[in-house]
Amino acid sequence: MTLLLRMAWRNLWRHARRTWLTVTAMIFSNVLLVFMIALQFGTYDMMINNTLRAFSGHLQIQAEGYQENQRIRSSIPSIADLARDTRGALPSVGVSARAAAFALASSEERSYGIQVIGVEPEYEPTVSTLPGLLAHGRFLKDEMVPEIVIGAVMARNLKVTVGDEITLLGSGRDGSFAAAVMTVVGIFDTGMAEMDRSIAEVPLPFFQEVFAMQDHGHQVVMALNDLDALPAATAAVLPLADAREGLVALDWVALNPGLKQAIQADMSSAWFMYGVLIVLVAFSVLNTQLMSVLERTREFGVISALGVRPRRLAALVMLETTLMALLGLLIGLALGWLVTVYFHQAGFTYPGMEQAAERFNLPSRIYPSVTFSSILLGPSVVFGFCLLASIYPALRLLRLRPVDAMRTVA
Amino acid sequence: MSGSLPIGALGRLAWRNLWRNYRRTLVMLLAIAVGVWAMIFMTALMRGMVDQMIEDGIAALPGYVQVHHPSYRDDPSIANRIPEPDAAFSAALDTPDVMAWTARVRVPAMVSSERDSRGVTLLGVDPAGEIALGFDTEDIVAGRWLDGPDDSGLVVGRKLLERLETDLGKRVVLMSQDPNNDIADRGFRVVGVYRASLPVLEETFVYAGKTRVQTMLGITAQVSEIAVSGRDYRNVDGLVAAVSAAADSEAEVVPWMELDSYLDSMLRVMDGFVLVWMVVVFVALSFGLVNTLMMAVFERIREFGLMQALGMKPRAIMFQVLLESLMLLTLGLLIGNILAVASVLPLSGGMDLGVVAEGMEMMGAAAVLYPALKTGDVLLANAVVIILGIVTSLLPAWRASRYRPVEAIAKT
Repeated sequence: MTLLLRMAWRNLWRHARRTWLTVTAMIFSNVLLVFMIALQFGTYDMMINNTLRAFSGHLQIQAEGYQENQRIRSSIPSIADLARDTRGALPSVGVSARAAAFALASSEERSYGIQVIGVEPEYEPTVSTLPGLLAHGRFLKDEMVPEIVIGAVMARNLKVTVGDEITLLGSGRDGSFAAAVMTVVGIFDTGMAEMDRSIAEVPLPFFQEVFAMQDHGHQVVMALNDLDALPAATAAVLPLADAREGLVALDWVALNPGLKQAIQADMSSAWFMYGVLIVLVAFSVLNTQLMSVLERTREFGVISALGVRPRRLAALVMLETTLMALLGLLIGLALGWLVTVYFHQAGFTYPGMEQAAERFNLPSRIYPSVTFSSILLGPSVVFGFCLLASIYPALRLLRLRPVDAMRTVA
Repeated sequence: MSGSLPIGALGRLAWRNLWRNYRRTLVMLLAIAVGVWAMIFMTALMRGMVDQMIEDGIAALPGYVQVHHPSYRDDPSIANRIPEPDAAFSAALDTPDVMAWTARVRVPAMVSSERDSRGVTLLGVDPAGEIALGFDTEDIVAGRWLDGPDDSGLVVGRKLLERLETDLGKRVVLMSQDPNNDIADRGFRVVGVYRASLPVLEETFVYAGKTRVQTMLGITAQVSEIAVSGRDYRNVDGLVAAVSAAADSEAEVVPWMELDSYLDSMLRVMDGFVLVWMVVVFVALSFGLVNTLMMAVFERIREFGLMQALGMKPRAIMFQVLLESLMLLTLGLLIGNILAVASVLPLSGGMDLGVVAEGMEMMGAAAVLYPALKTGDVLLANAVVIILGIVTSLLPAWRASRYRPVEAIAKT
């Protein structure tokens, strides 16, 4: 085996320039793949976390059918108790209850249709980043006071600041007229225009009174520290939802189908591009190895006449490719890792990204994720395809007839 | 240029040399064809997606250019309104640049059914003007479109109807704000239901007759915006100038690029992406190309020496190798282009991306993708391959011409 290895290594350098060119093709695609995949995974992680942590959480308990049409009547009775039980079952997870309704908000000068969310002031900060993003004032404190926290764009549209009053007009759960006068105590600025424009938060018990909800609410929201903890959390929550009639537990994929699908759509176009790159490199390897086999037909004829089996010759060619691919893998990995680590520190941005970033709740700089799998994935596939490409040249050797081969003029 | 041999003979030499090792040439041809196919195919898909995003986006704005009160975009309230366009305005817009225009009242409102309430954007429109601007009555899935500016009915989106748990023929109440900041409300009967390519649009816009909305809000002959559409959305400078000249000098005239900067950035990111993608594919190809040519040169060193000894000039040798490369590239391009057209054409009826529809919506794209094969993109792909291909072949060709005849012949 060591003899074969030494032969393979020497054969590679008989045409040093050719070998380097092929290896460079591998390095080029490996570096590109390492960086692009790391960037992609980094982006997805940020998209998921930023979107979920901002508001919706990773997991919610809702009344059946609420997710589709968000009707005020599709509510959960005794929601505070359910939230408490959930908190007991999942001590390490943020849990908070919410209720939601649409209302017309009027200030002195302006009126807009908005979404009013009733939240538990004590627990809301554990499931949403929104209370932490206050630009002015403070978050809600007490349960029964008519206080409201609104987004920065809404504040601008309504022309109000902290301390001003807003009138809410809407319909309650029973269809009755709902109205309240609230004082603005805080203004949040998430940078996500849609949220800053349309959402306002009030204390849940107060919400329940205004919108005739009794002790009902719409969602129990759970936010995890890590997406990997989702299956365990789901398993713990399911019995709670099942114990009551008409409740369902929905994970983030069900809550934000768009998020998962945007990732899938992006992934499929990315895989297509990576696939093309890999196939082109494989062609390059195929051509090089085919040539190197054809030009050595005489040599191989002599070797096999000396008693070396064709299978050993095929193994030799495969070994040459393996060595070449390994070289491309190692150098490509090293360079790709350097590039990725650099951008992991410095962040990556390109012109026009800001607008797209805002749409997907991303900061305007993206930090590629440097994980073992994100770095190794691309190059190992390239490695595999390079070996595949050398199968045809190697197979040709199995059919080698020594006498004919020795007669060949190279 | 051709040294001592006529170009025809050089060409024949190059062509025959190409097929001396047909396996190598075939593999390289295949690589070039796959590369070119991927360049064009991928670009057609992405272009199709972005084009449609922009068309849908502009249709939702609507128009290529809009006229507002200067404060309207920051504060979209009825307080910021402009006078309804007069005869002078419509005469001034009678230029070939302008396709159609319409004036609309556009205010935030609350719509309530017996069951539920939602925040929406109420549009008081001239129904014929909306059609001229791109509203398609085919999209009315139930009931009818508005008859005229004083139609008392309301046309709502399919999704909104579902959320409000109401139905065609039922009444809903719209609440908004009048210029004195008093609540203005009015009952409307739902007379029509429309569908849109993006569900979010179905939830946002409700259409009513313009004069009815003006009466409800207590204003006369005033509107929130004038939307103007033109011929080419990539070039709206002329349109902006024409509209600015016609509009009230106080009003603000804004092209779609400023109204929706996300769309504009997508268009520009797309143009950049196309070029980067093509160059990346080419670079991946180029290593194989250089290698193939290098091998072809290397194995013919003796031959080149002999030809030079017989009086062929180095330039002619270089030219011959370049010609080989050019033939290889052209053949590859031909196959690649045919492949690309053959794979895009069957998809011209649209690719159904229903499985990721909500994800496409998040990007602002519709669930059916129509690939767009643009002449410009195809030409760009071919130009990138030919020009960069010749540049990369310069090195092997130059080397082939630099061998000294005696040493080259002596080489075994």
